[in-house]
Amino acid sequence: MLDYATLKLAWWVLIGALLIGFAITDGMDMGVGSLLPFIARDDGDRRVVINTVGPHWDGNQVWFITAGGALFAAWPMVYSAAFSGFYMAMLLVLFAMFLRPVGFDYRSKIDDPRWRNAWDWGLFVGGVVPALIFGVAFGNLLQGVPFKLDDILRAHYQGSLLGALLPLLNPFALLSGLISVGMLVTHGAVWLQMRAGDPVASRARWIAAALGPLVALAFAGAGYWMWLHIDGFRIVSGPAHDALPNPLGKQVVRAAHAWFDNYQAMPIAWAVPIVGLAGPVLAALLSLARRPGLAFVASALGLAGIIGSAGVSMFPFVMPSSLDPNSSLTLWDGCSSQLTLTVMLVAVLILLPVVLAYTVWCYVHMWGRVTTQDIAAQSHSAY
Amino acid sequence: MIDPTFVELSRWQFAITAMYHFLFVPLTLGLSWLLVIMETVYVMTGKPIYKDMTRFWGKLFGINFALGVTTGLTMEFQFGTNWSYYSHYVGDVFGAPLAIEGLMAFFLESTFVGLFFLGWDKLTRRQHLAATFFTALGSNLSALWILIANGWMQNPVGSVFAPETMRMEMQSFSAVFFNPVAQVKFVHTVAAGYVTASMFVLGISAWYILNKRDLPFARRSFAVAAGFGLASALSVIVLGDASGYELGDVQKVKLAAIEADWKTEAPPASFTLFGIPSQANKETYLQIKLPWMLGLIATRSLDTPVVGLDDLESKFEGRIQSGIIGYGALSKIRGGDKSPETRALFDAHVHDIGYGLLLKQFVDDPAKATPDQIKQAAEGTIPEVWPLFFAFRLMVGFGFTMLFIFAAGFWLNARKRLEQNRWLLWLAFAAIPLPWLACEFGWFVSEFGRQPWAIGEVLPTFLATSSLTSGDLIFSLVSFVLIYTALLVIELYLMIKYARLGPSALGLGFYHYETGAAPVAAE
Repeated sequence: MLDYATLKLAWWVLIGALLIGFAITDGMDMGVGSLLPFIARDDGDRRVVINTVGPHWDGNQVWFITAGGALFAAWPMVYSAAFSGFYMAMLLVLFAMFLRPVGFDYRSKIDDPRWRNAWDWGLFVGGVVPALIFGVAFGNLLQGVPFKLDDILRAHYQGSLLGALLPLLNPFALLSGLISVGMLVTHGAVWLQMRAGDPVASRARWIAAALGPLVALAFAGAGYWMWLHIDGFRIVSGPAHDALPNPLGKQVVRAAHAWFDNYQAMPIAWAVPIVGLAGPVLAALLSLARRPGLAFVASALGLAGIIGSAGVSMFPFVMPSSLDPNSSLTLWDGCSSQLTLTVMLVAVLILLPVVLAYTVWCYVHMWGRVTTQDIAAQSHSAY
Repeated sequence: MIDPTFVELSRWQFAITAMYHFLFVPLTLGLSWLLVIMETVYVMTGKPIYKDMTRFWGKLFGINFALGVTTGLTMEFQFGTNWSYYSHYVGDVFGAPLAIEGLMAFFLESTFVGLFFLGWDKLTRRQHLAATFFTALGSNLSALWILIANGWMQNPVGSVFAPETMRMEMQSFSAVFFNPVAQVKFVHTVAAGYVTASMFVLGISAWYILNKRDLPFARRSFAVAAGFGLASALSVIVLGDASGYELGDVQKVKLAAIEADWKTEAPPASFTLFGIPSQANKETYLQIKLPWMLGLIATRSLDTPVVGLDDLESKFEGRIQSGIIGYGALSKIRGGDKSPETRALFDAHVHDIGYGLLLKQFVDDPAKATPDQIKQAAEGTIPEVWPLFFAFRLMVGFGFTMLFIFAAGFWLNARKRLEQNRWLLWLAFAAIPLPWLACEFGWFVSEFGRQPWAIGEVLPTFLATSSLTSGDLIFSLVSFVLIYTALLVIELYLMIKYARLGPSALGLGFYHYETGAAPVAAE
């Protein structure tokens, strides 16, 4: 058995990896969905766009579901406080995501332009709303979430309904949301260059080329904003890393620039935001150079860098509390028992490579450019 | 303090979203295997009609599958959004099977289902069959893991309450995995899914036969469904829930409530076929009883009593008293008391902490509860009997009806007398809703019968909620109902449209609507 502190750290890495896996796969589908009504105008082209992700969107979505399940198993306190604290936002994500399975599967089953157009906008909402809200959620995590824990570790929050939702939509969080949408749309546009026929592919090239640098710019801007105006959190004293998880056992203060502590202590950590900046720019340049395969790798690295930057900045915090900083959850005190973390680590180490292997097998076998001719030939079976 | 309206709203939301979800799950569980059977015949014999069968029933599978995925999303996140204290309190145990379900089952099912729909031209026959098989395996594995999680809610084995972290912690993963309640529930639930899919294919095929449409296609589909359905219906009934009953007090309460057994009978207990239970008088009127039956079913013996609700209730009152002491010791430990005496006191009462928590519906500190409140809490350990009593009987009645239809269909088909016996074809068609009703009643018995517990004897339902407001819940509940109902209407519209089209929907050119018998339907 690994020692408890190492296990806790391993799970911080794994949760991060699952979130990045989600962004690379399902995030790509969300980017494609966000582009759908604009990049393709007639039914043939729209079916091309949809069928580039048609065989894969459901498997990709499991990254989202598994990230949720892993959060429950490895960080139950975080799962508990985050999902109920962000109740209204979670509902919006869910309602938007409802439109995806039915949008993909039902859209082409009835040959009526109004029906199909309605589902196309459904797929748009199912792509852009979750992408936006995930970014907004990260923006709020960086500012601290208004929750506190009572003596039996029950989480309490401020506000309800719109009173809980509107404060989440503050300027910094909205900028984070835009970065999230921008990076996923860029990613989706890179995918369409690889898998769609023209004119979709060439439109996607220009979109990726234009959007990539903007994402990098917005990301750099958010970093600067954070340096200037967002107070970070810092642990002043607390139990050892391998202690039994007790979120109320530590002293936490808020301080300006505290989210930059880790970069000062370990300058190599700067590599993460640098990859986050370089990724989207390179994806744009490689798109222009007509190298969509490499652009996809660059874009995926960019996603990892941007998501990783939020994680590294907050480390070891995962859900700081603005209401009662001592209630903040960290990877050391929001986690499961040693046995559960061990069981889950073994499960992930065995199952995830298998999942990756057959996922690659499926992508390889379904590979090839989707064209309007293909759709016409399989109009009864294609999405 | 706990707001009863808010707790009710939370329960309604979970019940409604879960029951909507289970409208789609059983068909996925069973139809995926029927597709594997049909496609295997296709790969082995090379007869194209079996490919057409796989593709057509696969289309209906897809229409259903989409809503299964949609409503399933809610389930994965609803513990966190609406049962936040539950998530903290039992996440250490309950989260693991959910996460493994994602890794082992959902990935498999969802990655391959896309190839099932869209990979016919890109894969070899064997590769495509493998994709179909992995879809079926994945969906059934997901049932395994979610029922391990659910079985633990009924019978929380392999774990212990830890005062330092104020939650249940896992002691033995294998005990959680091999929980007998979970294993029995898994077999019962997937077999119910197989029955659902068989009834679905049988009923629709019967309708084609009645209309003398696409007969070779319909007869073969009917035969596959009748065989698979007969075997599955027998499994559901034989493997039933019976063996789970003996374990744990929660299951004992559920059993006694299903039977409306207020007093402990001298063994072997009789089975109440029918009656009208009255909770107020603790009496069941107009009973029709089958002697010995219940004792045999529930205890597999002639001399073990089936404990009645009255005796269970007085036993629980004692456990509440013990829980008060346990909770007191817990508070001291959490306040920093490290003395071995307090720890010993806590350890002696740790298994009754959950009963102590029952009092938190009246007072913050269970030690301050009045004798009246303790009495009231003890009464609350018995769920409302009449809904369980009737729901169970309806479920069983539907089960036996379906067994008869499968058996008669199988027999008449084997004797090649199916088309002369139109009554059976009509009956099979009319019986299409029965498996869904049986499934929903079954889940109702399982989960309503678990009340007042979220986790049997560990965590009361009212305490398991999130700290939201009734306003939040009214908004979300109304939204869920509206969105789900709209989606269900769309789903049924497509399902009926495609079921009526039949294999003509494949656009192959030689099925019923495509041969000039009637105008070709849109697509």
